[in-house]
Amino acid sequence: MSGAGPTWTARLRDRAAAAYPPERLLPDRQPAYVASWIYVFGVLTLAALIVALASGALLALEGPQWYHLSAKGHFVNGLHLWSVELFFFTMVVHLWGKFFMAAWRGGRTLTWMTGAVAFLGSIGTAFTGYLVQSNFDAQWIATQAKDGLNAVGVGAWFNVLDYGQMLLFHVVLFPLVLGVLVVWHVLLVRRRGVVPPFPDDRAPRPEG
Amino acid sequence: MDHPGYYLNWGFIHISLANLIVIALMVVVFVVALIAPFPKDRGR
Repeated sequence: MSGAGPTWTARLRDRAAAAYPPERLLPDRQPAYVASWIYVFGVLTLAALIVALASGALLALEGPQWYHLSAKGHFVNGLHLWSVELFFFTMVVHLWGKFFMAAWRGGRTLTWMTGAVAFLGSIGTAFTGYLVQSNFDAQWIATQAKDGLNAVGVGAWFNVLDYGQMLLFHVVLFPLVLGVLVVWHVLLVRRRGVVPPFPDDRAPRPEG
Repeated sequence: MDHPGYYLNWGFIHISLANLIVIALMVVVFVVALIAPFPKDRGR
């Protein structure tokens, strides 16, 4: 531990503490303009994602015999589906709201980009979820999707007819990527703050 | 899931009624979120 500079752990800790002091990481106050329902849809999306992840973990623990054949399994299976439906519903409203606010303003470009890529990642995660239902619906979707994916040249790495690959994509790869993107997105929101509304053009401007 | 969905067709547009309803609901919720009054107080 000799040397002039601190260790990489100390540098990382100092940078993290400077970028995210506790009051910024977990604020208890927000600007006045956040008092609008349109600002609620980001956290609604997060809540739906947490339910989807928790119910998905339970489905993975108990297995297909449980979620296809028992009453509790059906319930958790349904919870997983409907949390994803709500996740996409609230995420689209969140996206529309942020688009019309031009939420990439004020140094928030990376916040916008991580959100957009997380949206694309969510589509992949949901799509592979439909492929691993282990029913005729999943087979139909797989056979319809394979030609499209082959046509764009990704069929060798994204083989929708390979159930094992799709299951691992759905329960490991995509949730991991999506989780990293969502955490990154939320940390950027905490760092830059929520985008303010556009200035009011009707307000009187200073003379001169 | 044991019967085909109901689809609507207008020219090149081909959409299931279920998807159309969900899109319409999202638009309604978006507009309501913009105009509905938000509860005040809590020292914001």
